[in-house]
Amino acid sequence: MIDPDLLILARAQFGLNIGFHILFPALTIGLAWLLVFFRLRYEKTRDGQWLAIYKLWVKIFALSFAMGVVSGITMSFQFGTNWPGYMLRVGNIAGPLLTFEVLFAFFLEATFLGIMLFGMNRVSSGLHIAATVLVAVGTTLSAFWILALNSWMHTPTGFGYQDGQLVAADWLEVIFNPSFPFRFSHMMNASGLTTAFAVAGLSAWRLLRAPNDSAALRAVRTGLCIAAVLAPLQLVLGDLHGLNTLEHQPAKIAAMEGLWETRAEAPLVLLAFPDEAARENFYALEIPRAGSLVLRHDAEAVVQGLNDFYPDTPPMTPVFFAFRVMVGTGLLMIAVAWVGAWATRRGRFPSRRLLWVMAVMSVSGWVATICGWLVTEIGRQPWLVTGLLRTADAAGDVPAQYLGASFAGYVFVYSLMLLAYVVVLAHLAGKGAESDAVALPRAPS
Amino acid sequence: MSIDLPLVFTVLMALAILLYVLLDGLDLGIGMLMPAATREEQELMVASIGPFWDANETWLVLGIGVLLAAFPVAHGVVLGALYLPVAAMLSGLMLRGVAFELRIKAVGWHRELWNWLFWVGSFLASFAQGWMLGRYVTGFEEGFSFWVFSLLCAASVCGTYVLIGASWLILKTEDELRRKSLLWARWGLLWSGLALVLVSIATPLVSARVFGRWFDFPRTFGLMLLPAAALAAWTWVWQSTGRLHHSRNARGDWSPLAGAATIFLIAFLGLAYSLFPYVVIDRLTIWEAAAHPSSLRIVLVGFLFVLPFLIAYTAYAHRVFGGKVREPLY
Repeated sequence: MIDPDLLILARAQFGLNIGFHILFPALTIGLAWLLVFFRLRYEKTRDGQWLAIYKLWVKIFALSFAMGVVSGITMSFQFGTNWPGYMLRVGNIAGPLLTFEVLFAFFLEATFLGIMLFGMNRVSSGLHIAATVLVAVGTTLSAFWILALNSWMHTPTGFGYQDGQLVAADWLEVIFNPSFPFRFSHMMNASGLTTAFAVAGLSAWRLLRAPNDSAALRAVRTGLCIAAVLAPLQLVLGDLHGLNTLEHQPAKIAAMEGLWETRAEAPLVLLAFPDEAARENFYALEIPRAGSLVLRHDAEAVVQGLNDFYPDTPPMTPVFFAFRVMVGTGLLMIAVAWVGAWATRRGRFPSRRLLWVMAVMSVSGWVATICGWLVTEIGRQPWLVTGLLRTADAAGDVPAQYLGASFAGYVFVYSLMLLAYVVVLAHLAGKGAESDAVALPRAPS
Repeated sequence: MSIDLPLVFTVLMALAILLYVLLDGLDLGIGMLMPAATREEQELMVASIGPFWDANETWLVLGIGVLLAAFPVAHGVVLGALYLPVAAMLSGLMLRGVAFELRIKAVGWHRELWNWLFWVGSFLASFAQGWMLGRYVTGFEEGFSFWVFSLLCAASVCGTYVLIGASWLILKTEDELRRKSLLWARWGLLWSGLALVLVSIATPLVSARVFGRWFDFPRTFGLMLLPAAALAAWTWVWQSTGRLHHSRNARGDWSPLAGAATIFLIAFLGLAYSLFPYVVIDRLTIWEAAAHPSSLRIVLVGFLFVLPFLIAYTAYAHRVFGGKVREPLY
């Protein structure tokens, strides 16, 4: 058994990596499809503004993609360095799924990214559109394989034992495990929302600096319209995902809802301070019977509390608060998207106050995504693979000083990268798309 | 009929790693050459790898992915033993990759900073990869002579990356930069030649296993074909760089790259011969470390399905961006 402090350090390091990594796919999966839209609009209308918007966001895509690639490589190594027991126990399932991501998705994205970025003047427009579509297909396939594996770790099915090893009995059951359709659609939609708010918000920031930039106004409008549809949809998808979790991982739901004791007519805990030691809530703000109604769609129904699963329970506090931040951000997104879409109807110019709100909301998708991942990943503890492998049993025996030194190194590199990313994003978005909207021939040098 | 799946996957993994060191090796080599070039040249150098570097780096993920999928036990052992150099390499690759994107977008001193980090990242990643190679070949043994050996491997990997990077630039650039690249290729050639000789002498000395593999008469005579071929390729690159220096004709510009790739291939074969059939020296053979056959079979099916497409669109991308680079990216 590994020293608990070391385990926390190994988890913190991996959590930092994965949390840093998810920031970039969360944008690129959705943005890749939005680029397809911009590119097709340009093809159809031949309006230089669409091209200018495309060119601005393709640069941001390339930067985000590179950040995602390098932090993703780090993760593929950390499976081995931090969690050797994981591969030992479920390698026969995790290995092929991870390899498929590289084979089916990674090469596709990386190769056609080159053509999409630099090939516009070298290939026909049909081929350039095809390259843009293939990059989007690649990012989606990438999410497909990764979420198949991640979902399998939450709700493992389709496996059996041969020669004393855990192996896949039915690959279709492994891939399309019970939580996969919900997690995949929830995450895809989350990426769409992250993209919509990033595009609308950063373009709103541009509008604050240059109110005459009509390309930026167009990008704001596009982002808001997409968000106005996806944000409420996310509420429905999230609810469905929650009901699926209730069926397969009830302890996680108990932690999310702040319920310690199993009871009928459970309240809906809006806000509280869970006390892990006393195993009860302080200063709870509750709606009576609404918890049963939300979870079981019946106000009388019995809902299981976290104590029922003791001692195999996740910590309640981080799951409980992360869930509230996610839902709160989501509700705010619906409000801003609808108000914004209304305020920009038929080419109307939104108020400066609204532009400021949108600018601040550009990070909302990232905040909600990170919180969602905290909920689902901390919520499955102490399991790494539900019922099959405990996180503690997967950890390696890396010396503490190695973990500490590399942790410090990663924190330094990630801080530098994130700072640079934010600065460049703000710089590019602030400069706007207008500057190279007119394709002047390059002056001879 | 049954096929030896672990053997098939050893070949696939070796292929992925070989392609990685060749393709990303040239990216890293170009990164290390940055301080030697003028600002305009730096732009062209980066432009020559711009459309490819993402895909080039993906071969590393594939190599590690196959290690993960086909030899899960070895994945944990190898990466656990190489914990710190892996962390250093990853930091280097991250800095390099991010700097690549940011140096284009930044202005003023920011640009200088990212240029510098591009160089640092490339160098750190190359050095760490060489260091890992040295540790790996000697079975992760501790001791002064093993550290010196790892240092030697690190230096030789840096040298060979410079060689292949410069060879790529000869193919992709013109005039002054091409002339400089010819010179750089020769420096890389000297460096890597010296390093290869030293590593070839040192490896049998630090590892009794490797000594046994190579000095087993009369097989040794046949094996001497490998160093002989390496010497021939080395001479060929040396002579072709000399010849190209005096010609303005671009027709032979591919020859240093082909020669450098041959040197890589031979060094790789020699290494593979020294290690086979171990995936962790003297501890785990490829058959002991292999995943369950059912899992290997499905990955192989995926491989066979994807490989033709992969080759086709990689070739297509290289055709689209073929020829000399004349202007910077963006």
